[in-house]
Amino acid sequence: MTTIVLLVALAFVAVAGFAVVATPDPRRQAITLSLFSLCLALLFVALQAPDVALSELAVGSAVVPLLVLLTIRKVGGR
Amino acid sequence: MACYGVAGWLLLIGAIGIVRSRHLVHTVVSLSVAQAGTYVLLLGIGYQDRAGAPIVVQDQRRPVVDPMVQAMTLTDIVVSATITALLLGLTIQISKRHGTVDPDELRALRG
Amino acid sequence: MTLRARTWLCAAGALGVAVLLVTAFLRMPEFGGTLHLYRDLALPAAIARATPNLVSSVNFDLRALDTLGEETIVAAAVVGTLSLLQPSPAERERIEPQRGYVMPVVKLAGYLMLPVTLLLGIDVVVHGHLTPGGGFQGGVVLATGWHLLYISGSYPALKRLRPIDWCEYAEAAATGLYVVAGLAGLVIGGAFLANVLPKGEFGSLLSAGTVPVLSVLIGIEVAAGLVVLLARFLGQGLIREEDP
Repeated sequence: MTTIVLLVALAFVAVAGFAVVATPDPRRQAITLSLFSLCLALLFVALQAPDVALSELAVGSAVVPLLVLLTIRKVGGR
Repeated sequence: MACYGVAGWLLLIGAIGIVRSRHLVHTVVSLSVAQAGTYVLLLGIGYQDRAGAPIVVQDQRRPVVDPMVQAMTLTDIVVSATITALLLGLTIQISKRHGTVDPDELRALRG
Repeated sequence: MTLRARTWLCAAGALGVAVLLVTAFLRMPEFGGTLHLYRDLALPAAIARATPNLVSSVNFDLRALDTLGEETIVAAAVVGTLSLLQPSPAERERIEPQRGYVMPVVKLAGYLMLPVTLLLGIDVVVHGHLTPGGGFQGGVVLATGWHLLYISGSYPALKRLRPIDWCEYAEAAATGLYVVAGLAGLVIGGAFLANVLPKGEFGSLLSAGTVPVLSVLIGIEVAAGLVVLLARFLGQGLIREEDP
């Protein structure tokens, strides 16, 4: 059971990571990055790391996308 | 093994993203994907089947996963966030100085 | 080099790295195996110091020196970003607070969430040695919660309630106090950052010696640092573009 959960979470992370890199428009990347972090946080929970999952959730899906959006507003998208 | 594989995949895909990037913000975000590979690798090393999270009681019987790598990952995430902020700050400065955030155009300017 | 040539070169390099990585992974300890030397050492040490959360025990006690280094990186990165994003005198004249329309529902949600998030952040910081959490996570939650005011659309309110100067002082003070705590350990316990405070009862709020103290210091540092960072990024958005 745990193995299946782990494999599913790993697959999600692999796909989401590819999606982040393959998104050419940085504006949309803020959203895919946020989703990627969410997948990572789920994986970390499956890997028995609640501390790390909490941290990734707060940093990866909130702070970093916010910084990215603010930067794009300043420098412009593509 | 799948876990290590995904860690390597994230690292490589992030690196390819950096190389193919046409926008500096995209470069920075790709770097953070590559860095996510290190989180997955570290936590993968510390994982043990049927072991609990490293929150214990006084007479702990059930095995727990390795807390050392988790502490390292934690540090890694926070450092990664601040470095991302630093790089985004640099991006804003570059855009102000050179009026472009395309790495190829920047080289043409020899900025 | 064209994008095409660059991609091919990178693909070749990535292939080489992939081969190296796979050979390395094949010789690594099996995934999910029982061989964890650090865990076997950290577990008894953490229990002896009454710290149920092993990750906090490693971060703020067993390997507290690493955390000092990490804290210094954060402080340096924040200082670097601040100096990069310092508005120039010419830009300072073009700063104008803008006010867009925000739906009342969003505003209300923002104001309701604000105290909840701040309380949650404090809770995560002070219980770092007992439950998942600690200075890093709680600090980020605190800084993010503060900026719910921005989502609520009241930048003036955020500006009033965001004592940037004090955040800068708090960040520096927390970093300094961490070193002071370390020196206290050196004087009393004979080792830098030694856990010298009474360990207390296993599982109670005031236990684990210096772990909660250092956790709170890191929480202050991370929260203050992120607030200052976000403030600078938000401030950049307020500078009107130069008329071409």
